[in-house]
Amino acid sequence: MGLQTPWLIAVLAALLASRRCWLVMPALLVAGQAAAQDVERGEAIYRTWCQDCHGEDGKGDGPAADRMLPRPRDFVAARYQIRTTASGALPTDDDLMRVMGEGLPGTAMPGWPNLSDDEKRDVIAYIKSLSPFFERETPETLQRSADPGGGPEAATAGREIFERLECDRCHGRLGRGDGSSAASLEDWRDLPIRATDLTEPWLFNGGMGADAIHTRFLTGLDGTPMPSNQDALEAGIVTEQDLWQLAHYVASLGPEREPDVEEVVQIERRETLPGGPDDEAWESVRAFYVPLIGQIVEAPRQFSPTVDGVWAQGVHNGSELALRIVWDDPSNSPDPEWQEWQDRIAATLYADEVEIPTDPLPDLLFLQFPSEVPEGRERPYFLMGDGRDPVYLWLWHSRRGAVEARAAGLGAAEALDSAGSGLAASAKWEAGQWRVVFRRPLATEEDGALGFAEGVPIPVAFFASDGSSGETGERGAISSWYYVVLQPPTSRAVFVAPLIAMLVTGGLGMFAVRRAQRSVHSEGRG
Amino acid sequence: MFDKTRTWATVAVACLAWACGGGGDAGAGGEAPAVEEAAEAAPIIDPATAGTIAGVIAFEGEAAAPQAIDMSEEPDCADGYGSEGPLTQSVVVNDGRLANVFVYVKEGLDLTFPAPPDPVVLNQENCRYHPHIVGLQVDQPLRISNSDPLLHNINTQPSLNRGFNISQPQAGMETTRDFGVPEVMIPVKCDVHGWMRAYIGVLDHPYFAVSAADGSFSMPKLPPGGYVVEAWHELYGVQTMDVVVGEGETVEVSFTYDAGMAENAEVPLGEPLVLGH
Repeated sequence: MGLQTPWLIAVLAALLASRRCWLVMPALLVAGQAAAQDVERGEAIYRTWCQDCHGEDGKGDGPAADRMLPRPRDFVAARYQIRTTASGALPTDDDLMRVMGEGLPGTAMPGWPNLSDDEKRDVIAYIKSLSPFFERETPETLQRSADPGGGPEAATAGREIFERLECDRCHGRLGRGDGSSAASLEDWRDLPIRATDLTEPWLFNGGMGADAIHTRFLTGLDGTPMPSNQDALEAGIVTEQDLWQLAHYVASLGPEREPDVEEVVQIERRETLPGGPDDEAWESVRAFYVPLIGQIVEAPRQFSPTVDGVWAQGVHNGSELALRIVWDDPSNSPDPEWQEWQDRIAATLYADEVEIPTDPLPDLLFLQFPSEVPEGRERPYFLMGDGRDPVYLWLWHSRRGAVEARAAGLGAAEALDSAGSGLAASAKWEAGQWRVVFRRPLATEEDGALGFAEGVPIPVAFFASDGSSGETGERGAISSWYYVVLQPPTSRAVFVAPLIAMLVTGGLGMFAVRRAQRSVHSEGRG
Repeated sequence: MFDKTRTWATVAVACLAWACGGGGDAGAGGEAPAVEEAAEAAPIIDPATAGTIAGVIAFEGEAAAPQAIDMSEEPDCADGYGSEGPLTQSVVVNDGRLANVFVYVKEGLDLTFPAPPDPVVLNQENCRYHPHIVGLQVDQPLRISNSDPLLHNINTQPSLNRGFNISQPQAGMETTRDFGVPEVMIPVKCDVHGWMRAYIGVLDHPYFAVSAADGSFSMPKLPPGGYVVEAWHELYGVQTMDVVVGEGETVEVSFTYDAGMAENAEVPLGEPLVLGH
């Protein structure tokens, strides 16, 4: 850089003297920025913000790394997942800027809005200095064709490409990351890695939308099992159109944007409750998305849970409540096919714990309520309450069904003695997804159980565990408190008031017309 | 006017490129060297004085029996293995001889060998790599082919070279790649079929061999001299030996592995990377 700076100044002076500097100023500014990248400044920022995960030497082995799946990037090995370059190539600076700006959704890597662009460039200069590969080659962005456009036809055609290219082998028939190879997948460190759930595009590492997806098809995700299809394209086995149709199909598997999260799950009132997990009546009931995160407050912790959210739907009829909870989980645990995966996850994420789960474990879903409807905003401690304020639970087990319980702390749940309040559950796992329907009478006499009142916000929280990832309920995914509100019966006034309004309006209108007509007639006579 | 401004812009950009390219920095443009290096000529090995290192890989004790591979998800592949079914290839011992050992000259050569133009083939057939152990030279073409009518991905995981991961979704597809740096060994895997493994040894000379089913290997046409020869096995690790080859001599070399070596074997896969600054 010492050599470059005087040259830049000299060129700048020459250009200013020529009075034509406006023509090349943008190019000069870009060159100036590149030259101004400062490895030392970048290292200082790295020490503050990056090294806890990426490690002192940049090998992706910082103190926080052992709990992460996937592990942080190793900047020395320089295998970067999200690039615009060919498989095996390094990322461009723009690729790294994008990742630093936006983060990698679905991983522990956040965006860094606190850093200026110059600071990000300095960090990039530093992390590139950690790997000899950046001295050997200059990455180039792959040329991509223009998007011919999406729509239902493209998506339908893309479905056939999905099958022909056997994307389902890892991602599953319906794209939920439950393919036949999913349980054996490893990253470049031989650590287990989950196949991406294509129905949750807001968690795609490289971003959502057909354009980003198409880029991933061509570049692959280096360091993961996801290969590049650039060679298949060049060999004519797939065409440009095929890959775009496939991109539009994959994009069609999930929503166009991240689901909104609302604090209140509205429970509709209907005459008839929907039936089991696959009853078509559920299709017309609004679904509320509740994001889940790992339980990291108390041991046993889980920083990288399988379940990242649940969809909640509810209907009541004034005497009974039906709740359907739907979430993606690639395995119907316990499943012998996933036993090796469970062992590998335990060795990867829980290795330093005293008890490493080795038995085949079930999938679990807990719904947590307060023991009684609270007054005001007071709620029990969100991790299954405490001795002062215990919680009321619905514990669903993938092989035993649901029971009611109470708990006064994490790991201290006890089933209610009697038959409880009549809770029943029916469940179905299919193609990487659980659908569980709970039914319970609203009223209860049971001690410790909650009676559901209409029109009142009732706190609810969700716990979900994937047994095949060694999760146990406490070690799993959790939500904070949300609310369910049972819609009260519609008042008769709702129907009567518009009728009265119509009659009054109509009557007044008639009165006005009559008066006007009389007035005209009398004027004519006059 | 337009021509003039374009000239100015060209001059300015050229100045910038020149300035930024100073100090040995590759610069943003990554421009090619001004003078292309002439293609290297192969060193002349005098056949009258060249020698050979040859021998066998012996195995003592009870070798781990090959394990059956569950290929039920790919019945067409499984059918290719007859009634015995597909078996693992990590340990192949016949009559006390160990196959699939990569033997190579590790030290002692000071000649530079250009890459042979002929490709080395790594084929996928019946959901297995053929051969299991591949040797080739730096920059020599590696032709990866798929004989199976189904999806394989070829995921190479080097340390010193850049690893690539590409799909081959159809029978008959071929891909050619090369490796620019010597590396022993580079693991190759298919993520669709978790049992598929191969290893690639990349060297900057042609003196390497893979022990055959009878444990034999041979490295001919070696200039006379003193060498360090290494044997690499994916489970039992590495052994080295000093070997002196006299003029026209064939030196018999034998490495012996035993079952106990699997316990603490070091199986190098590339060398640790040195920090770039």
